[in-house]
Amino acid sequence: MKAEYSGEVMTLNMGPQHPSTHGVLRLELKTDGEIVADAVPHIGYLHRCFEKHAENIDYAAVGPYTDRMDYCAAMNMELGYVLTVEKLMGIQVNNRVRCIRIIMAELNRIASHLIAAGTYGNDIGSVTPYLWCFRDRETILDLFEETCGARLLYNYNWIGGLMADLRPGFEKKLVEFLDYFEPQVDNLNRLLSDNYIFIQRTAKVGILSPELAVSYGVTGPNLRGSGVKFDVRKDEPYLGYQDIDFEIPVGKGEHGPVGSCWDRYMVRIREVKESCRIVRQAVAQLTPGDVQESIPKRIKPPVGEIYMRTECPRGELGYYIVSDGGLKPYRLKVKSPCFTVMSAFREVSRGAMIADIIAILGSFDIVLGEIDR
Amino acid sequence: MTPGEIAALLTEGFGSRVLESKPDAINPWSAVEPSAILEIAQFVRSDERLSMDHLELLGGVDYKDRIEVVYVLFSMTHRHRYTLKCRMPREAPGIHTVESVWAVANWHEREAYDMFGIVFEGHSDLRRILCPDDWEGYPLRKDYKFPTTYRDMPV
Amino acid sequence: MESIAQLLRLIPKYEAFPQLVQALLPMLVSCVLIFAVLALAVLFAVWLERKVSAHIQDRLGPMYVGGWHGWAQTLADALKLLLKEDIVPASTDRILYKMAPYIVFLGAFAAFVVVPFGASSFVTDLNIGILYVVAVGSLSVVGIIMAGWASNNKYSLYGGMRAAAQIISYEIPSAIAIMAVVIPAGSLSMVEIVNAQKGGIQNWFVFRNPFIFLAFIVYFVASLAEVNRTPFDIPEAESELVAGYHTEYSGMRFAFFFLAEYANMFLVASVAATLFLGGWTQLLPASIAPQILPGPVLFFGKVLVLIFIQMWLRWSLPRVRVDQLMYLSWKVLLPISLVLVLGVGWLAVDW
Repeated sequence: MKAEYSGEVMTLNMGPQHPSTHGVLRLELKTDGEIVADAVPHIGYLHRCFEKHAENIDYAAVGPYTDRMDYCAAMNMELGYVLTVEKLMGIQVNNRVRCIRIIMAELNRIASHLIAAGTYGNDIGSVTPYLWCFRDRETILDLFEETCGARLLYNYNWIGGLMADLRPGFEKKLVEFLDYFEPQVDNLNRLLSDNYIFIQRTAKVGILSPELAVSYGVTGPNLRGSGVKFDVRKDEPYLGYQDIDFEIPVGKGEHGPVGSCWDRYMVRIREVKESCRIVRQAVAQLTPGDVQESIPKRIKPPVGEIYMRTECPRGELGYYIVSDGGLKPYRLKVKSPCFTVMSAFREVSRGAMIADIIAILGSFDIVLGEIDR
Repeated sequence: MTPGEIAALLTEGFGSRVLESKPDAINPWSAVEPSAILEIAQFVRSDERLSMDHLELLGGVDYKDRIEVVYVLFSMTHRHRYTLKCRMPREAPGIHTVESVWAVANWHEREAYDMFGIVFEGHSDLRRILCPDDWEGYPLRKDYKFPTTYRDMPV
Repeated sequence: MESIAQLLRLIPKYEAFPQLVQALLPMLVSCVLIFAVLALAVLFAVWLERKVSAHIQDRLGPMYVGGWHGWAQTLADALKLLLKEDIVPASTDRILYKMAPYIVFLGAFAAFVVVPFGASSFVTDLNIGILYVVAVGSLSVVGIIMAGWASNNKYSLYGGMRAAAQIISYEIPSAIAIMAVVIPAGSLSMVEIVNAQKGGIQNWFVFRNPFIFLAFIVYFVASLAEVNRTPFDIPEAESELVAGYHTEYSGMRFAFFFLAEYANMFLVASVAATLFLGGWTQLLPASIAPQILPGPVLFFGKVLVLIFIQMWLRWSLPRVRVDQLMYLSWKVLLPISLVLVLGVGWLAVDW
């Protein structure tokens, strides 16, 4: 909703502590009545100097730090780092490690999207989906806890292998969970996604055109919500995703222009179902083996540099590692998907109403840990 | 296009301003003159054979004798990736901004300025992004000394 | 109130009291009685809300306080709020700040004097009953604006203004929907309206003709906005951006706002039950089944069903945006309610 601005512009601060900003984000809004003339995001409140730390510790010790960037999808963060170093060193892992990594990454994708959907419903005003999503997420976290002892920050993906093998009975519990969970997504759709009020709040708001999305480097569900069919798992497959059969959901603009908040949200919900399919196939492809057989005794990559990206729930996560042949990374730079999406926020939220700012922010699904590192 | 072809296209277009190319490395790259970056950026974006419309990463690296700015570029249409590097002296690292070519460069360049002190000419809003606005020093430089006080508070 | 006056005459030497006291004492006793009923009802409603929300969200709700399913939870919370420090911010307008919660509560409380709980269980039978209810119910808007202004906080003022705009906008369709009942009843008096619905469920106004059925729906939706319940809870969820009119309040004053909200809920549910669902009259006509349950029990049963529906809607639906809210009131509900009144009037005329 674009309008002309008349009268004075008032500065309103959605401060670092706020229930709807998904972390410590400060939004400086310049409003003219209800319409927002400018929304400037200020980040850096959660900056923990990850890249500097990475230069002072050895490669294996960087692993736990990567968890803490996007704490809602820690398995994917670790996976990206581990795959980058393995590619630099030329390590090949066996099939069991590959399948378990896929299972864990996709389960974490489901858990992360459940958080996104639940908190988005909460921001829009519907509290119940939040609890339903977290109830289902509990089973996933129980599965993780059983395997590696932690619910949120795992340190499970190691360079060359995994921390531990799956416990006996894991596959059975996993399939039971998937059988229970897939109808629950339909329940959630009936409650929230197809709700008339929710659609009115989100389907004409926060339009991100495909050209703007690519120019701003937006990736992941945010890009796919604008109709651009691009997913690293399909376009530059890693971990053998080319052998797994799944679809890429894309926003089609069913209730409004393509690239609205509703499209981005719906892409995530549909991705959850696709992730269930991927997990089932990965379980079927599991073979016995030793998960720690390819772990090198000393992690000393050759001199050189590498950039590799993986698809994490919030977009494309890229790691750029410069190695000088030593035991510690010379330079580790992370390209965080939420960072690029937040750079587009100012453009997308111009002309929106104050209530729409919340809707747009929720639909981008940001985690400040990843933006600030 | 293969990295070799991209490197050839760049040298053909810009001659001596492309200093060095390593298309066979695990991450193929070309080092270019910092003064030519805007032209090269516009070229790789608009040229149909390259059409690098996605700036994946813009970061600084502090080698002991120089500071480099790394541009990892990707093309959504052709699905190829290439890296550009610009080397600058450590004393006064400065380069023209590419935010008119890729809008996301705005924030990436702010981070590079924050962490390394690289000044991007023509940037619309060059100020610190991760550190507080009045922080002193450039943290990711190799010779960075962590300050003992910030605003008279012991750190 | 007559029965209370009669009861009071049992006090020895009642006639010896001065006239003024004799006139005022029944009123005082009725007010205290209404307040007690309301307070108990609100206590129950808060507990019910927590239980209903918990079960909708697949969890349990209060379970421990008081033993069986935590029935004393609200008592414990009220006690906690009473014991809190009474903070009055220094820069507020003290008198308005202190008065505001009471005025908001007054808006709901004063309207109960005309609501008939049973055949003869009402405080007074004003012949302008429903008009009085609508008028007095608007007092709460004054209280909200007072709260927003007196807090001396830019955001509270914004929140208070928005809440006031919302309530005022929705009073119009709700009042017009009430007209759709007043026409067939032929009287504004609440007791008369209930009496016109005696004789079984088919006589209830909501089932008499489709226009009144739709008027019931319009009234229900408009009343949800009157009491700031989701999907119209923008003043409360104003905390998503600005603070809302009751931020600067803490402790017992905040409890009063809370009490006022639930009392308002009870009020609109009672009005809806009285006007549309037959008040204290029973389902089956007196010819088929005698009245086993007393009137007040049936009345509270109907009110409870409506309150349950309000809570159900709150926990299932998202929030409407401010401009969509105004659109709904002025461009959807208002024209519909006008058409409904015309329809009811057309049916009522003896062509």
